[in-house]
Amino acid sequence: MSSQTHAGLDYSKVDEILASYEYKKSNLIAILQKVQEVFRYLPLDVMTYIGTKIEGLSPATVYGVATFYAQFSLQPKGKYEVKVCDGTACHVRGSMPVLNAIHKCLDLKDGKFTTEDGLFSVETVSCLGACGLAPVVVVNGTVYPQMTADAIKTVIETIMGEERGN
Amino acid sequence: MTTTLINIKAEQERVKEQIKAQGLRVLVCAGTGCVANGSLKVIEKFKELGVNVRPMTQQDKVTIVPTGCHGFCEQGVLVVIPDLDVTYVRVKLEDVEEIVESHIKEGKPVERLLYVDPKTQEHVFKNEEINFYAKQTRTTLANCGEINAESLDEALAVGAYEALHKVLEKGDSDWVIEEITRSGLRGRGGGGFPTGMKWKFTAANKGGKSYVVCNGDEGDPGAFMDRSVMEGDPHKLLEGMAIAGYAIGADEAYIYVRAEYPLAIHRLRVAIKEAEERGYLGKNIMGSDFNFEIHIKEGAGAFVCGEETALIASIEGERGMPRPKPPFPANKGLFGRPTLINNVETLANVAPIILKGADWFSSMGTEKSKGTKTFALTGEVNNTGLIEVPMGTTLREIVFDIGGGIRGGKKFKAVQIGGPSGGCLTEEHLDLPMDYDNLIAAGAMVGSGGLVVMNEDTCIVEVARFFMNFTQNESCGKCVPCREGTKNMLKILERIVKGKGEMKDIETLEELATAVKDGSLCGLGKTAPNPVLSTLKYFKDEYIAHIKDKKCPAGVCEAMKTITIDAELCKGCTKCARTCPVGAIEGTVKNPHHIDQSKCIKCGACASACPFKAIKQS
Repeated sequence: MSSQTHAGLDYSKVDEILASYEYKKSNLIAILQKVQEVFRYLPLDVMTYIGTKIEGLSPATVYGVATFYAQFSLQPKGKYEVKVCDGTACHVRGSMPVLNAIHKCLDLKDGKFTTEDGLFSVETVSCLGACGLAPVVVVNGTVYPQMTADAIKTVIETIMGEERGN
Repeated sequence: MTTTLINIKAEQERVKEQIKAQGLRVLVCAGTGCVANGSLKVIEKFKELGVNVRPMTQQDKVTIVPTGCHGFCEQGVLVVIPDLDVTYVRVKLEDVEEIVESHIKEGKPVERLLYVDPKTQEHVFKNEEINFYAKQTRTTLANCGEINAESLDEALAVGAYEALHKVLEKGDSDWVIEEITRSGLRGRGGGGFPTGMKWKFTAANKGGKSYVVCNGDEGDPGAFMDRSVMEGDPHKLLEGMAIAGYAIGADEAYIYVRAEYPLAIHRLRVAIKEAEERGYLGKNIMGSDFNFEIHIKEGAGAFVCGEETALIASIEGERGMPRPKPPFPANKGLFGRPTLINNVETLANVAPIILKGADWFSSMGTEKSKGTKTFALTGEVNNTGLIEVPMGTTLREIVFDIGGGIRGGKKFKAVQIGGPSGGCLTEEHLDLPMDYDNLIAAGAMVGSGGLVVMNEDTCIVEVARFFMNFTQNESCGKCVPCREGTKNMLKILERIVKGKGEMKDIETLEELATAVKDGSLCGLGKTAPNPVLSTLKYFKDEYIAHIKDKKCPAGVCEAMKTITIDAELCKGCTKCARTCPVGAIEGTVKNPHHIDQSKCIKCGACASACPFKAIKQS
């Protein structure tokens, strides 16, 4: 039972995570966070699986929790997760032109948030607490302070260059 | 059973000796802000170059100490060398060698890395002489930036766990509650509810299992004081929680931290582990029979979880939706048990109050708001960062003395205080002593302490729209007036900033605001209309200018801009027509071009493309 494969997804990791959180209902959010780290999103089948494995939960409850919190994504995120802070301080100091520049640079239109090649996903977040450095952009945990439309373009092009090099 | 407590004074002496043996201490800020500016590399470089150096102070060696946040994030990377009485700002990797060679070895300060006073243009050496710090009273933030946040020893050296020791020695939980009550401490998370009273209510249910919960879900965009405490002085928070636990008879606690603060989560984990291993938390604390276990719960990105009942739901693994009160958490909270919820800053005040006494604390502040308050000063001021001042400090002192005035010599317009639940304060409030009650009277609130300074170039209607967009997004959807009301208020505000508003919109906004306030269960909905109401109160003329004259007085709202081509300057190069994304520019080669205003989306692309500066935006 421990390592079944369903729809091409490796459930053994899900089992490990569930075990490490003792199949506890109150750990659902932490479990979903770990699962998202593995798959880079929450596949529907995995949520159903979790809903049937934990006592007192249903797949619908898991889905309800997953869609409630902004951190969870039901679509795959990119290899590079770009988070543009749109907290008050960043907003006042021009986070929107930075976001627009990223969209343009990655050719993301019509509400799409992940690039075709799966390399980048872009989202806005409310306040990362680095207000003194506004506006900030975070790429996979690295904080880029005092961004401008030009500066973020350089950051993204550098990452693209590195990826091409690999 | 009689128990013998450890001798904390002896322990303090021991760690102080240890720190003395470190020689010349070089404190490098490793808070989120400075890390973003490259402080980890600066620390590495210092370690590489500095540790084997014999300093001019004749001390044996040099020790590099990564510290928590100093609050002056914009000037990062900050390097403080207390024994040399110097603070270096904006230190880059390539500056490290010069600091080591010139100052540490030879005693010659590196002037170009000193802070320059924006008013006098003079170099400032000492931290306490920098105007940003000079007017502050740092108690909750006292150790942030002074100690290595990942070392229990360093925390002990500055008095950590001494207050908890005092409490355990006295062995009287009623005394603890009495002391907190007498200090006049009020909840720092925004509500301002008397902390002692909350403790008393929870302690009344003593007997069975109860919990302490620390609210570290600092969701207010523009505030980061809780992050700084958790990152810079985590033991102060843990100690405050343990004292609270002792007072209300709880042996288990949760800290709920938002997932956007990975560094804070890491430092708390390190601190809890070390404190448990050495007997300052966990079982039989410091040799007593008091047990206290602290868990960390990571949030998952929902602003409403800052509301206490929603936070409890989230810890239980559910959707973070508020529950009706009563029952209050003090009677029936986490897992149905009596629960004390305080926010990070409130709990960080507990240990200093116990140690220095309620009278010390209540000697600061105003009649009904005691102690100090931290504010996250951001926006259009010269010095942005985290500050702590006594309650009752005026806005003028904060913006013009500590903040160093408005950037670029522009004019002060307003501050937005308290984030999406707060309101704005204008020039007429500059001399108002800031405390809970005065701010409520002025139509704003202390909130979590976010203070965003705006100048003449900030459009107040756009700011109101920004906050409404935020609360509308974050409304959990449980109460219809909040869910639908904020949505409709946002629609109206969007219409106004697009130049399509009508005069009756103002009335509708006010009507909706009342409905949302009255019809919502939790603080999010009850305060969501505040930014709109307060901007309407002080800046109604700006709303009217947007609606009637279709003009944005600050020149921010794109839809109100008119872009025209000066026929005299236009050479007919066609560059603008080719750049325009919507084909709104007409004209033939070598003849002046013309913009069709009905098609123009005011993006300004043509203006940046024009080589002859013939395109004007107004």
